[in-house]
Amino acid sequence: MNNKENKLGKLSAYAFLIIGTVFMLLPFLWMFSTSLKLEGKVFEYPIRWIPEPIEWSNYVTVLTEAPLFGGLMNTLIIILPPMFVGLLTSALAAYAFAKLRFPGREFLFVALLTTMMIPGVVTMIPTFILFKTVGWLDSWKPLMIPGLFGSAACVFFLRQYFRTIPSELEDAAKIDGLNPFGVFIRIMLPLSKPALAAQGIFGFLGGYNDFLGPLIYINSPEKFTLQLVLASFQGYYVSNWTLIMAGSVLALIPTVILFFFAQRYFVEGITMTGLKG
Amino acid sequence: MIMTEVSENRPVQPSRKAKRKFNKEYLWGYSFVAAPILGFMLFAFIPIGYSVYVSFTKYDAFNPPTFNGADNYARLLLEDPLFWKSLVNTLYAAIGIPIGMAAALAIAIALNQRIVGIKFFRTVFFLPTICSVVALTLLWKWVFNADYGLLNYLLGLINVSGPAWLNDVRWAMPSMIIQGVWAGLGFHMILYLAALQGVPTTLYEAAEIDGAGSWKKFLYVTIPGISPTTLFILITAVIAALQDFVRFMIMTEGGPEYSTMTIVYYLFQNAFRYMDMGYASAMAWILGILIMIITLINFWLSRRWVHYE
Repeated sequence: MNNKENKLGKLSAYAFLIIGTVFMLLPFLWMFSTSLKLEGKVFEYPIRWIPEPIEWSNYVTVLTEAPLFGGLMNTLIIILPPMFVGLLTSALAAYAFAKLRFPGREFLFVALLTTMMIPGVVTMIPTFILFKTVGWLDSWKPLMIPGLFGSAACVFFLRQYFRTIPSELEDAAKIDGLNPFGVFIRIMLPLSKPALAAQGIFGFLGGYNDFLGPLIYINSPEKFTLQLVLASFQGYYVSNWTLIMAGSVLALIPTVILFFFAQRYFVEGITMTGLKG
Repeated sequence: MIMTEVSENRPVQPSRKAKRKFNKEYLWGYSFVAAPILGFMLFAFIPIGYSVYVSFTKYDAFNPPTFNGADNYARLLLEDPLFWKSLVNTLYAAIGIPIGMAAALAIAIALNQRIVGIKFFRTVFFLPTICSVVALTLLWKWVFNADYGLLNYLLGLINVSGPAWLNDVRWAMPSMIIQGVWAGLGFHMILYLAALQGVPTTLYEAAEIDGAGSWKKFLYVTIPGISPTTLFILITAVIAALQDFVRFMIMTEGGPEYSTMTIVYYLFQNAFRYMDMGYASAMAWILGILIMIITLINFWLSRRWVHYE
């Protein structure tokens, strides 16, 4: 009796998913299609999905006229060092919270957790004032330095992960004379590569796509991150949609490539944060 | 649910013999947690304290702040209609939350039917989540273009002449809601998919034996089974929605006629365009307190509908 119902259910599931796919992908296809058109051709009716002629020159134009590549370099310089250092400091702290014993451990951990619950909007202004006071405006430091200290979310996530690693391994290593740092480096880090990868990817994405931070702190065009360069297209290429879309496509490429290679970590990372969090 | 599992009560008091060794472990422990704790002090605790003070001053970030009592708060609550309008707009925009959650759940349920090509579909729905907000908002600004945009073209195919979307006072906010739902679906879908897979099949079997059809199974097994995830999504989505503004800044600049001015966008303008740091800080605190109250209400109400195993 359930077979018929199941088949019907599956059929409607496919229909629903295909409609959803169209809804999701059509804007992307249109973006790409627009980016390949001659400027005047975007106003054609009906829409020509495969442009005539196909104009790759829009990409050449934005790459030569706008500092997209320089923006990408700036972004990478800004996000990569804090990402690696922050991952290490977060992991160390997470290991201590998960496995070491010291007075005040729970208190410090809860204190750290509260940062995750404070709305970012509350800290936005005072941190700006802080960085202004130390003379770091229009520099990359406000975007880089805080990340070096690790992030509460990352500590929380990795702590959960470390707790699943059985203590026997640690105990054996301790008998062999390793100190906690040695245990961390030799045992914990190698065992938690997937968790570290997930956190690294999230950190990278967050930094790469960050717009607000650079917007607040950076004024000089030569220090612009990729997102700032892209946002400036709106004023620079007013309503010149072929070029704006070409720039947008280019800006999406790095994260899309990253996503295709690391999809597993994305899904695992999100579900672990969401469920165990 | 964020606070679960926090206290694992390991004995902290060591025996006398072990004391020396344990003190060493304390030292390791403290040095390992030092960096994030220092970061917490420098970039959260101290700024938050300072922000309370600034909210009671007049401060332009150049001249020293001058104390002006509760003036900022009074001005906000009593004399600033735009603050209230932006607050109402923000709540209006939050309509996207239930819509997005329902859609994400529907997609997750469809994907959970042992579908062929699940990876493909999952990727498609997740794609916007990894994309930059700037690129996506530029894209949607073009989609919403009144004369040549994709949306009005598609509506034209079924003989509907679409509105001017972002340029129409009535349609600007619905446009933003559509864009927000589109961009946020994937993340919630992944969470729901994992939650659905976590509902024990024995429960479904038991319900079937009791003669429950698909709808009843959905209502009495699925919904309660995934309720912790629903709560998690609800809380994080509300917090995010109340602070949403970057896409508004790029797509509408709060217009037309302030119809898409959100509260954090207004705050941002006060802080960084008019350099009215005290006023903006007061606004941040009112919003922060509002967020905390709503989160607490969510937790409180959740006792009625969230089922933990």
